[in-house]
Amino acid sequence: MSEPSVPAVPEGVRELDVIGVRHGAFGASGSGDTSGFGGLVEPIVLPAPAIRPFGGWYDEITDEIELSIADRGVPATDAIEKVVIWRDEITYHVRREHLLNFATALRDEPGLRFEICLGVSGVHYPHETGREFHAVYLFLSITHNCRIRVEVSVPEDDAHIPSIVAVYPMNDWHERETWDMFGIIFDGHPALTRILMPDDWPGHPQRKDYPLGGIPVEYKGGTIPPPDQRRSYH
Amino acid sequence: MSTENVSYTSAEAEFDDSIDDEFDPYSGSYDTTEGRVYTVSGGDWDTISAAPEGEKDRIVVNMGPQHPSTHGVLRLILEIDGETVTEARCGIGYLHTGIEKNMEFRSFVQGVTYVTRMDYLTPMFNETAYCLAVEKALDVTEQVPERASVIRVMMMELNRIASHLVALATGGMELGALTAMEFGFRERELVLDIFEMVSGLRMNHAYIRPGGVAQDLPEDGVQKIRETVPLLRKRLKDTVDLLVDNSIWMGRTVGVGYLDLTGCMALGITGPILRATGLPHDLRKSQPYCGYENYEFEVCTETTNDVYGRFLIRIREMEQSLRIVEQCLDRIKPGPVMIEDKKIAWPAQLSIGSDGQGNSPEHIKEIMSESMEALIHHFKLVTEGFRVPAGQVYSAVESPKGELGCQLVSSGGTRPYRVHFREPSFNNLQSVAVMSEGSMIADVIAAVASIDPVMGGVDR
Repeated sequence: MSEPSVPAVPEGVRELDVIGVRHGAFGASGSGDTSGFGGLVEPIVLPAPAIRPFGGWYDEITDEIELSIADRGVPATDAIEKVVIWRDEITYHVRREHLLNFATALRDEPGLRFEICLGVSGVHYPHETGREFHAVYLFLSITHNCRIRVEVSVPEDDAHIPSIVAVYPMNDWHERETWDMFGIIFDGHPALTRILMPDDWPGHPQRKDYPLGGIPVEYKGGTIPPPDQRRSYH
Repeated sequence: MSTENVSYTSAEAEFDDSIDDEFDPYSGSYDTTEGRVYTVSGGDWDTISAAPEGEKDRIVVNMGPQHPSTHGVLRLILEIDGETVTEARCGIGYLHTGIEKNMEFRSFVQGVTYVTRMDYLTPMFNETAYCLAVEKALDVTEQVPERASVIRVMMMELNRIASHLVALATGGMELGALTAMEFGFRERELVLDIFEMVSGLRMNHAYIRPGGVAQDLPEDGVQKIRETVPLLRKRLKDTVDLLVDNSIWMGRTVGVGYLDLTGCMALGITGPILRATGLPHDLRKSQPYCGYENYEFEVCTETTNDVYGRFLIRIREMEQSLRIVEQCLDRIKPGPVMIEDKKIAWPAQLSIGSDGQGNSPEHIKEIMSESMEALIHHFKLVTEGFRVPAGQVYSAVESPKGELGCQLVSSGGTRPYRVHFREPSFNNLQSVAVMSEGSMIADVIAAVASIDPVMGGVDR
């Protein structure tokens, strides 16, 4: 994934999440192509959105969510970009301006009752222009014994997401960690400061483009290159 | 000595070295926009006795990060009024090692070596949470052999005992019950001996791997564990006798560190703290994994909402864990301990060679002299690793501290694209403020001990 180029995506699947393009099969570059796979170009695509009916309990809970968001004056199609079901887990991609409504519905509606937000974590997809940062929230309902995932995507140059600490106070430190590691700004957080890195640390270490250090070796000035520049089998 | 004559003109902090002949950066005073700030330690208190009349006292004490009763490198920032804590804040990050980032540059199998070092008192849980996530992403959860699952459950339950024992031991030590500490660490040693026998290491095992476990139990493994269980049970009773009705212990723990169900729900607390409010929430029962639905055990609850209740729950959970270990010993059947799929399974099963090193003579014979394909396969698996389809999964286990979750994102390569751990200690530590504000300083220690945070897990 070293060189960003035009994604080789087949026609008709443009709405898929293409998070990168893989060249060759072995990740080797700079030397002759001895593998015969050097010309291989392969897009990295995340699982496709699910289409109704989802089957199982997913339809019930999605109905419930759509209804309760509509009660709060937001059409469900506005709030939910898409729904992905993969490996028996359901993910709602929610637009950031409706996240607070969404979270409030999850907490308050008797049919949903997601008591616990298991925190937020970031993922950096540098290849997804305009949606570089994804914030991934996990919710657990003890009452209904089920889990859902909520994902919010924001562009790198406007990495703002409304904080849900007012709704789920437990998310306080998790949002601070995600700010610390990715630089996603959670608007409305009571004290969005660094939590794991020192207060005066520049940069956000979990970003994919964060510079990594190599290791100098005491042998004829050699160095071990940074991990992201070493030869790898991706 | 008066410091009134000393005037400062600079807006920047400047140390007052007139207090002592020699400049001491750890003891001095300086002016800020909020008034004069004195930094003192140990016997320097006399130097600020002459603070101007009418100046508001606001004493902020840094407890830790090297304080012996803060469970490792936790820094507590306490604002105190006499002995009463008026504000408590946590400073964390002193043990941040970037495990999640490091894992992005290692294969899925190598990731186990990292996660085992997060919460170093619950390595088996870290490994299981991670491996369950990898298996879920591979869609091979059903193919993990039964023997491997039974071993996983057995190791996790033994680990739960070890972790709770350390919680009691360090908690006891911090409250002055040194015998409890000695007992706790002595009993934990029995569990660590089993771990050493099974995985080769006392800590940081990297024993549970995607697809199964690294090694089968040694020949006399089941026998030895069977012998240890009654001994553990007998010795756990010692700790119970020592503390449960002990009036000093109860005086330090009953009604201390109060957090009720409403507070737990607001702060997302799981584990013994939540169960001490009477809610029987345990992932082993509600969302079973590794075949926990096949074991008989109780979810222990108390309704005291305090440190004492959490202590009782840990004691009772250890008994339940011993019950589960016994059931594992009865259930364990001969069979493979690694998934059948050779594209995922680690190629070799090591045994101790004559030189005392781990080696696999049969496997080496096969790849070096019998099968070229096996050699290629071995090479690919060891250097490159297996690929995991693109997508994201979340798997959670009930660790001794609460819900330990692994959020794994794969981009279809041989390494995780992103791994994030929902560490129970990290989340539960948020409750320090609500548990200890308004109480005595000594009760802060009891409250933190009952949360049982392990900084390796908190900071990752």
